[in-house]
Amino acid sequence: MADVSKAEPVLSIENLTLALPPLADRAHAVENVSLSIAPGETLCIVGESGSGKSMIAHAVMGLLPKAVKPKGGAIKLAGRDLLSLDEAAMQDVRGREIGMIFQEPMTSLNPVMRIEDQIFETFEAHGLLAKSERRARTLALLTEVGLPDPARLAKAYPHELSGGQRQRVMIAMALALEPKLLIADEPTTALDVTTQAQILKLLDNLRQKHGTAVLFITHDFGVVAEIADRIAVLQQGKLVEQGTADQVLSNPQHDYTKRLLAAVPSLIPPQRPAIVESKPVLSVTDLGKVYRKRSFFGAAREVKAADNVSFTLAKGETLGLVGESGSGKSTVGRCCLRLIEPDGGRIMLGDLVLSDLGKSALRQHRKRIQMIFQDPFASLNPRQTVGRIISDGPVAHGTSRKDALARAKELLELVGLSANAVDRYPHEFSGGQRQRVGIARALALEPDVLVADEAVSALDVSVQAQILTLIKEIQQRLGLAILFVTHDLRVAAQICDRIAVMQRGRIVETGPTAALFAAPQHAYTQALLAAVPGGARFGH
Amino acid sequence: MNFFKRFARNRGALIGLAILLAVVAFALLAPTLYPQSPWRMVGRPFMAPLALDRFPLGTDTLGRDIASGMVHGARVSLMIGVVSTIVSLLIGVPLGAVAGYAGGFVDDALMRFTEFFQTIPSFALAIVMVAILQPQLGSIVLAIGIVSWPPVARLVRGEVLSLRTREYVQAAVTIGQSTPRIIFSQILPNTIAPIIVLGSLMIGSAILLESSLSFLGLGDPNLMSWGYMVGAGRTRLIDAWWISFFPGLAIFLTVLALNLAGEGLNDALNPRLARGRE
Amino acid sequence: MNLLQFLSGRLVKGVLVLFAIALLNFFLIRAAPGDPAQVLAGEAGAADAQLLEQLRARFGLDQPLLTQLWIYLKGYATLDLGFSYRQQRPVLDLVLDRLPATLLLTGAAFIVSLGLGVVMGALAARRAGRWSDSLITTLSLVFYATPLFWIALMSQILFSLKLGLVPNVGFETIGANYTGLARALDIGHHLILPSITLGLFFTALYARMMRASMLEVAGADFVKTARAKGLSPAIVSRRHVARNAILPVVTLAGLQAGQLVGGAVLTETVFAWPGIGRLMFDALVQRDYSVLLGVFFISSAMVVGFNILTDLVYRLADPRIEAAS
Repeated sequence: MADVSKAEPVLSIENLTLALPPLADRAHAVENVSLSIAPGETLCIVGESGSGKSMIAHAVMGLLPKAVKPKGGAIKLAGRDLLSLDEAAMQDVRGREIGMIFQEPMTSLNPVMRIEDQIFETFEAHGLLAKSERRARTLALLTEVGLPDPARLAKAYPHELSGGQRQRVMIAMALALEPKLLIADEPTTALDVTTQAQILKLLDNLRQKHGTAVLFITHDFGVVAEIADRIAVLQQGKLVEQGTADQVLSNPQHDYTKRLLAAVPSLIPPQRPAIVESKPVLSVTDLGKVYRKRSFFGAAREVKAADNVSFTLAKGETLGLVGESGSGKSTVGRCCLRLIEPDGGRIMLGDLVLSDLGKSALRQHRKRIQMIFQDPFASLNPRQTVGRIISDGPVAHGTSRKDALARAKELLELVGLSANAVDRYPHEFSGGQRQRVGIARALALEPDVLVADEAVSALDVSVQAQILTLIKEIQQRLGLAILFVTHDLRVAAQICDRIAVMQRGRIVETGPTAALFAAPQHAYTQALLAAVPGGARFGH
Repeated sequence: MNFFKRFARNRGALIGLAILLAVVAFALLAPTLYPQSPWRMVGRPFMAPLALDRFPLGTDTLGRDIASGMVHGARVSLMIGVVSTIVSLLIGVPLGAVAGYAGGFVDDALMRFTEFFQTIPSFALAIVMVAILQPQLGSIVLAIGIVSWPPVARLVRGEVLSLRTREYVQAAVTIGQSTPRIIFSQILPNTIAPIIVLGSLMIGSAILLESSLSFLGLGDPNLMSWGYMVGAGRTRLIDAWWISFFPGLAIFLTVLALNLAGEGLNDALNPRLARGRE
Repeated sequence: MNLLQFLSGRLVKGVLVLFAIALLNFFLIRAAPGDPAQVLAGEAGAADAQLLEQLRARFGLDQPLLTQLWIYLKGYATLDLGFSYRQQRPVLDLVLDRLPATLLLTGAAFIVSLGLGVVMGALAARRAGRWSDSLITTLSLVFYATPLFWIALMSQILFSLKLGLVPNVGFETIGANYTGLARALDIGHHLILPSITLGLFFTALYARMMRASMLEVAGADFVKTARAKGLSPAIVSRRHVARNAILPVVTLAGLQAGQLVGGAVLTETVFAWPGIGRLMFDALVQRDYSVLLGVFFISSAMVVGFNILTDLVYRLADPRIEAAS
């Protein structure tokens, strides 16, 4: 970590207040925030969704949404107040003095322009370098950010690049003019964990090499531990704590920081009671699923999403299905419910061969295996009341609506909501509450098996912890078997008894959680575990 | 904010609604205001507007009262607009819903079929159909319905396709709801808003289409229609402009009103999508 | 997928569409009230029993339906679109005679409306919420709701009969016998009013689509990237927003080509423009159904060709297409 205590700050934000439009849920996006970053320093602003962290980044860049207006304070870049600059002067600052990278690499590049043209533009915008020099510099930049075959890549269009490669292009673009300050707004959130590790390392190397100050926005304490020199914690637009990385992570002062840190799941699996040996409630044998992209002419492309996948799940057990995006873990999860029809293999629920059932028989037996979905905002029908949503399942299986509604009230209390929620609509609830409704819906049919597909991935870390606890409690009470599909190894460590690691449609390693985390056998499992950000600090 | 407040916030929509109500009122009151047939010759031909109090909008080439034709024409335009829109909804909604929900081969086949109807010159098809089946109310409604359904099918298919993969629909599958039940209780209710908006705009297009057909002489010979009136006056444009002017203005105002009201409906039904990103 | 494969694929599809139209025509004749031979003969056949007999033999009307269909489709396959007994000429000849005038009119209207629509829509989007936006939005709403035949008539009164700025009707000045450039200018002068009135509706349509598309793209992440580079608003708007926003507009414009041909029937009728639209109107008045169906077929072929052309343009404009297919 750089020694940065004495230097004149590159950026100092003084008492910044950003006003939200009149009808918003609070008056200020950001209130009275003061921060400073020294040359070569990485400051992480951490906060949950809606904390206003992204707004600070956009305010520095002069790219606030029209509805959000700076109301007070100053943003000083090397002593000059950016808030007082007009649009033309601000244009000159953007790109030249401050570079910025964004969260979504897939959509952050113009799809109809070649990579090199998009980098050329940066020079052009500031009237720098002759045409011939621009090309040489572009290739040098692409090489520096570690892209293979830069000459070919420069001529490519964004859709020909992977997410990680695009984020590298974004970094090359942001650093093209050697700005004093780099703003990174959740730059690795949309990336897989191994790619994330590479990008974080790249950013840190570049920072050290060029002495660029970095303002890093994130919600992920793992990432913070990995990269921050100093940390600022934001809650509801207010700065609650700031200090060096060590101070904040090891000795947090503010309650909110303490709560957030406590909610970060540890990578060390807790002791779990042994599962009583029993006949498996779910067993999957040689499951296969191939996706074919058809094209009008020529050969179809094939992607094996599930390739000879086999596993079993006992009563009261949680099996984690872990992997990066595209590994096929979600496909396998959905195949178990036959939400996606597998191409081959056997799925057995106890003695029932689920994979052989015809349409109407399947419908009757569906209640034995239920699902909790990822997105709490998309998984509830916006036009139905919560009571209706929960009772629809039992009603479809012959229970009267009245009985089903009475049961729905009990279930709502079981998942920690009040019984009178039955008459309300989903939009009246927060994300965590909706997820509880989703769990109640799954439980209403008294299933033997639950498939949780990234069930906590869309939630803030504190809510995530609550939902995980809820799932554990319910499992103990009802003896459910759970297939827990996740990309997050920390979450997996906390909730799973056993883990199966998937890569490109295959299970490459299976084992009890503690053993697997302590001594991963397969090279891919090792790489995954090594890539988990903040591993050193949050348990390893 | 409730539906009416959001609708009323759009001033254009209110104007549109007002015009529309006036047209509907004229259409309903036509038999009372002008009990005689609008085809009857009631005065001297080519009388200018306001030349006689009895004929505020003048008379046409055969001495028929233009005001009477306008009011009776309103009935015809609105009726054909509404009925043929219902016809195209009846074709488009089921087709789009099935294509979107079934996916795969069924979707492919139905979409090729839809594309075919979208590619061919629709007005030319309408002309050919009405001419060969003889110009009558039925053939006109049928022709307009048949050339107008593809956008409905595409819209419904797109909505259903995106809703089908929505997690709450998947959840409905896992709790064991039957397919028809899922379509009717989970999917279609969430597509109603865009269908209503499209429908209101389609009534306007249908009125334009009907008037174009009757302008070419393909109207039902028993029904007085605005398009026919414009066409009838077109040979005497120089000395009697009003014969073509007023009915055309009526078409314009009605279609404009439907579009304005449609936009208001859109604002009111899709509050999040409304009004750009300001 | 290379260009040749793409083109051959589209051609196959186009032929299928035309086949379907021929089929549609066949069944329309059968669906008509009365004797199909009467329909084929048009009004001219009403009095002539010998002609009807001839037609029955030629189209196999006394044979099973499938045989009739076979004979009919064979005719279309060899571009025999029937014979106009009214005008005593093959339908194909009649249509081909008139085709250039329609191509000129619809082509001009398409270019004018797409160009003007895109520019107006882009302008409105850039000034979203200000008075120039309101003006453009209101204007496009007005044009969108105006009946084409009526605005054609009204502008004929105003610009030609009252103000005398442009010729009233027709394709060129009759009897002037211009040649070369003078003739081209004369035709151009006659073209102004028909092409603008035909294009108005489409201008409105494209302007509305372009505005919506621009506003949508303006919210895209890559636009924020472009601004973060320090690009000026003008360059961001042109190079990043407009270039992406125009793609869906071009697609829809291609799909709308069929409507343009339909509009040509009205415009050509009002301005006595000697194209296939006018031919269609005359055939309507004379109940010459063979000609009517022939015009429908050829105009569909025209639209199919035009769609292939716009797809080609789209392929050049959007690099993603090649990879996707």
